[in-house]
Order: sequence, then structure tokens, then C-alpha cells
Amino acid sequence: MTNTKIVSPKQDLLYMAILSVVVLTMPIWLQPFGAAYPDLMQKFMIFGIFAIGYNILFGLTGYLSFGHAAFLGVGSYTAVWSFKLLSMNVIPALIFGTILSGLFALAIGFVSLRRSGIYFSILTLAFAQMSYNLAYSVLTPITNGETGLQLTQGDARVLDRMAGIEADASLPTPNLFGIEGIGYSGFYICAALMLISFFIYLRIFRSPFGLKLRAIKSNQNRMGYTGYNTRPYLMTAFVISGMYAGLAGSLLAVTDPLAGAERMQWTASGEVVLITILGGVGTLIGPLLGAGIIKYFENIFSAFNETVLLNAFSFLPDWLAHPVAAVVGLFVGEGWHLTLGLVFMLIVIFLPGGIMEGISRLARLITNRNKAEPKSGAHENKEKEQASAGEV
Amino acid sequence: MSEYILDVTDVDKNFGGLRALSDINLRVKEGTVHAIIGPNGAGKSTLLNVIVGRLAPNRGRVLLGDQVLTGKQPHEINQLGVARVFQTPEIFPELSLLQNVMVPAFAKRDGEFKLGFLKSLFAENEIREHAEHLLEDVGLISQKDNVAGSMSRGDKRRLELAMCLGQHPKLFLLDEPTAGMSRHDTNRTIDLLKRIKERGMTKVIIEHDMHVVFSLADRISVLAQGAIICEGTPEEVRNDPRVKEAYLGGEAV
Repeated sequence: MTNTKIVSPKQDLLYMAILSVVVLTMPIWLQPFGAAYPDLMQKFMIFGIFAIGYNILFGLTGYLSFGHAAFLGVGSYTAVWSFKLLSMNVIPALIFGTILSGLFALAIGFVSLRRSGIYFSILTLAFAQMSYNLAYSVLTPITNGETGLQLTQGDARVLDRMAGIEADASLPTPNLFGIEGIGYSGFYICAALMLISFFIYLRIFRSPFGLKLRAIKSNQNRMGYTGYNTRPYLMTAFVISGMYAGLAGSLLAVTDPLAGAERMQWTASGEVVLITILGGVGTLIGPLLGAGIIKYFENIFSAFNETVLLNAFSFLPDWLAHPVAAVVGLFVGEGWHLTLGLVFMLIVIFLPGGIMEGISRLARLITNRNKAEPKSGAHENKEKEQASAGEV
Repeated sequence: MSEYILDVTDVDKNFGGLRALSDINLRVKEGTVHAIIGPNGAGKSTLLNVIVGRLAPNRGRVLLGDQVLTGKQPHEINQLGVARVFQTPEIFPELSLLQNVMVPAFAKRDGEFKLGFLKSLFAENEIREHAEHLLEDVGLISQKDNVAGSMSRGDKRRLELAMCLGQHPKLFLLDEPTAGMSRHDTNRTIDLLKRIKERGMTKVIIEHDMHVVFSLADRISVLAQGAIICEGTPEEVRNDPRVKEAYLGGEAV
């Protein structure tokens, strides 16, 4: 797509401006879709951050990690500990969550990046499952095992106490100097961080560093004979994507201050792979779209239950309504993963470039149709050319 | 500094029980074109692989000027000034032609690793102009924004040449640079290589096409069954009875 062109920073600023407007007005334009409530929009932002970070590794270098949920989990645990020990302010939580995940990624990457291809994927998967099991067993003093790590009244909160903020009867909520991490304000905190993350991600895409990462994906062998030591490049990409995951994990804790081990399970790692592939691997905006779509449909589909379905099929005769509802019921509610699996299969088979490929195919179809009507098409093109010449 | 830019001494390479190279001694003077010819399976590509660090020799050593190459990684050897084109072109198929040529140019400027991910490619005017110049040299400038993977094999070879030339290597290794090319493309490549020769770049060429060899090479080594059986000027090699027997099979060249 945009990958073969060298884009000017001015164009990117415009890109950022459009994205910012679209994101910040979400509470308005998502209303007709029934998705304009804060919890869901926070998820869009958080999983957007997770997915764009993942895309730096998978999309640019082609290294398929199956263990990124481990970094998400580390980010969450760290953030909750920061709330417990230091302060309910989100800033230390986010900073520590991101940094610790980065260090964790450094350690896992150091071992996993010794191999490539399927062996790399298996190694990352193994590490993530190890982390998951450790969180459940040996590390219970840190992770609080199955119950999950939660805030309590008696937490130290050293910085808050020093500042003279005492918790009252109810549990305190994470905040940014008084702006609460829940509700609409929580969404705007997440949105701001997503936009900052996206800006850095955009700069990485447009830099020589990003070009070199893409070259590694394209032909790692050639990179060696071209004088590049590819290991440190891969390592950097891995750590950056780990830090993005850590930031996403910390934000999960900001919007809902508890952390459980299930966040590190392999299904969570698989989800970000799905999101990225669904949106379009290696495309700029694809992972964001993927995150939005998957979280949206997860929300819609899992809300269905048998009663809702029977109501929906009430126009059918009774003897038919029950079996139909039973069959459809397999694909919704708890079974929504079945739908996801089917959609994923269809995408991989018919649209391997994800939604972004679908969009560019549509665009090509439309331009071709315009060309088929020579008079108006040619005229338009000329006008466009003149316009662009004027810009230069 | 020795007068030889490439100095291969007593190199042996075994694959299991098979002796692919035995007692190879090869010296290449700076600024010359040295051709290696020989029948299929003689060990020509193996020798190049040993020089660029893809294979470690069982015995012997390779020097570039005064620097030892043996035991170094391919990327270290490239950074010392050795570039190579492969028998099947090794390019970046998903990137544009321009980007393909920019990547090696960055390696030359930035070394084996440089972070700097906050600078835009757009601001790298010097590298881009350099890359455009190189594409012009090999006659691919009109396609600079196309994706490299969709080109013909001949064009891919020329692109790979441009990628390597952009690094101004001290030693340029070419593994059958004209294989599979039409006569017209072959002649264009010969012209291009002659122009590089005028710039004084040392080259080692493996080639089957005698037309290419005799129009370019200053010296020729003949490799047969893993050993160098003859070395000399094109005239000497052409008239050597051993060569005729081992390689040319008595056929007049």
C-alpha cells in the first residue's frame, strides 16, 4: 500500500490531524452504532495501542510472536502495584508498566530472537505460558494468584499519603491529577495516549529504521550481505512492541484497577495476532481498525443469550424458532469465538491483506470504473494533476 | 598494504566426505577483473561463499588487503568492503526499487546498526539522490517506485548490481551476473561492468558465458573438481591444453 512511497512529514501531520478528530469525536459518531459508551471506547483505544505495537514487530519485521499477552499482563500487574504502593496517579503506573514490560521483552527477546520463523513463535509462546503459570502458582505473593491483584483500603500509597491524600470509605480510583480513569474522562486519557503512541509508530514507519525492518521481513539473507547486523534491529522492534503492550496493559489497569493472570494466557496473545491480521498486517491504520472491529463485535455478539434469540426469531412458528435459536446460539454469547474463527478463516483465504486490502481493492475498482468513462475520468485526472502541480 | 586486494591462501572446504575445495590459492590485484571459470560443480560458488563468510573453510585463510576475513560474519565482511551479487538475484521483493537501493546505501553510511527512528526517510535527500543516480546508471530509473518483486529476472539482476555498487565496495563478487539474460541484456551488462572497471573497482566474476569472460577479464582462474588447474591472462588460458581438456573439451573458443 503506502509502503512503496516515501511520504512527506507534512502529509503525515495531516494524517495525524484527521485521525485525532476521528478518535476524539468517537463519543458522537459511535452513538448510532450503540458503541458510544466509555468502557467499550476505552477498549478500542487500549487494544489499538496493543495492536499497533504488535504491528511494529509482526508487520514490519515479519516475526510472529505468540507471547505478547505476557507483556500486557506485566504492564497490568506493575500498574496495580504502582497504585498500591506509590500513588493513585496514573503517570507513575503508566511509566513503570511500560518500562518493566520493556525490560521483560528484552529478556524474552534475547532468547527467542536466536531463532526465526516457527521456532521464534514457539519460543515466545512458551515464555508467555510460563509467565501465565508462574503468575498462578509461584508468584502468588506478587500476583495474588487466582483472585487477581486488587486495590485495598490498607494499601501504602506512599506518595499520596505524603501529599496528604487519604482514602475515604470507598476504594480510591486511578486518576490523572484528579481526572478520573473511568468513564468518559478515562476514555480521553486512553485516546490521548493512543494518539501519542500512534504518532511515534508513524515516525518509526517513516524512518530509515522502519525501512530496514521492512527489508528484514522482505529478505533477511540479503540484509546480512548488505552489512546489517539484523539481531539488534529485531531486538529493538521486539522491545518497542513489548513496551506498547505494557502501556496497553497499564491502561487496562487504569480503567479497571485489577489484574489477573488470564490476561497473559495464550488466547490473549492469539487475539492480538487476529486483530492485526484482520486489519491488515504491515499497514498503518489496519491494526487500529482490526482492534475496533473485533472489540465491537465481541461486545455485540457476546451480549446475545437464548432469550434475546428467541425474541428475535419469534416471527417463526414455535417448532422452528427453538431449533433455529439453538443453532444460532452456538455462534453468539459464549460461542462468539466460533463466529470470530469463521470470519478469520474467510479473511485469511479470500483477503489475506485484511480489511485494508479490501479497502484498496474497492478503491481500485472505483478508479477503474471511472477510467471506463473516458470523458469525465480524463477530465478529473487532469484537474487533479493541476491541483497537485499547484501544491508543489 | 599488500598489492593484492584479495588473498586466498590454502583454502580447503569439505562437505562430509566430499572435498569441494582443495588447496585453493587465489590472489587478485587491486583494480583488476578476475574471472573464475570451470564446469558445473567445480566449486566456484563454494569459493565465493567462503570469501563472503557464508561458509567457514576447513583450512586456510582469506585476506582483504591486510584484514583477515576468515571467521567473520557476512555483515562484518560486507562492512569491510565486500559486496556480492548472487546467482539468483537477492533483492527485497516487497520494497520499491528506490528503497531497494537506499537500504544498502544506509548500511554504508550508518554501519551495521543505527537506531535513529525519529528521522523521516523524506529528509534523507542525499541517500535518495544517490539511489536515484544508481538506478539511472543501470537504466531502471523510470520504474523507481515500482515493487521490485514484479520485475523480470534480468531487471532484478541489474537492480542487485545497483544495490551493490551503491556501497562502493573494495571488492565486488559477481556470481554469473548474466545468466539467463538475453544477448541484448548481456551486452548492456558488459558495458555497465566495463564502466565500473574504469572507476577502478576490483571484481571477481564467476561466469559460464565465454563472451563475457573474454571481454572483461584481466586474469582467469580455471577451477575443476575443487582445485585451480590453471591461472593466467585470457590468452594463456585460451591456449592451455589442460583447460581445453578439463573444461572446454577441445572446443575452440
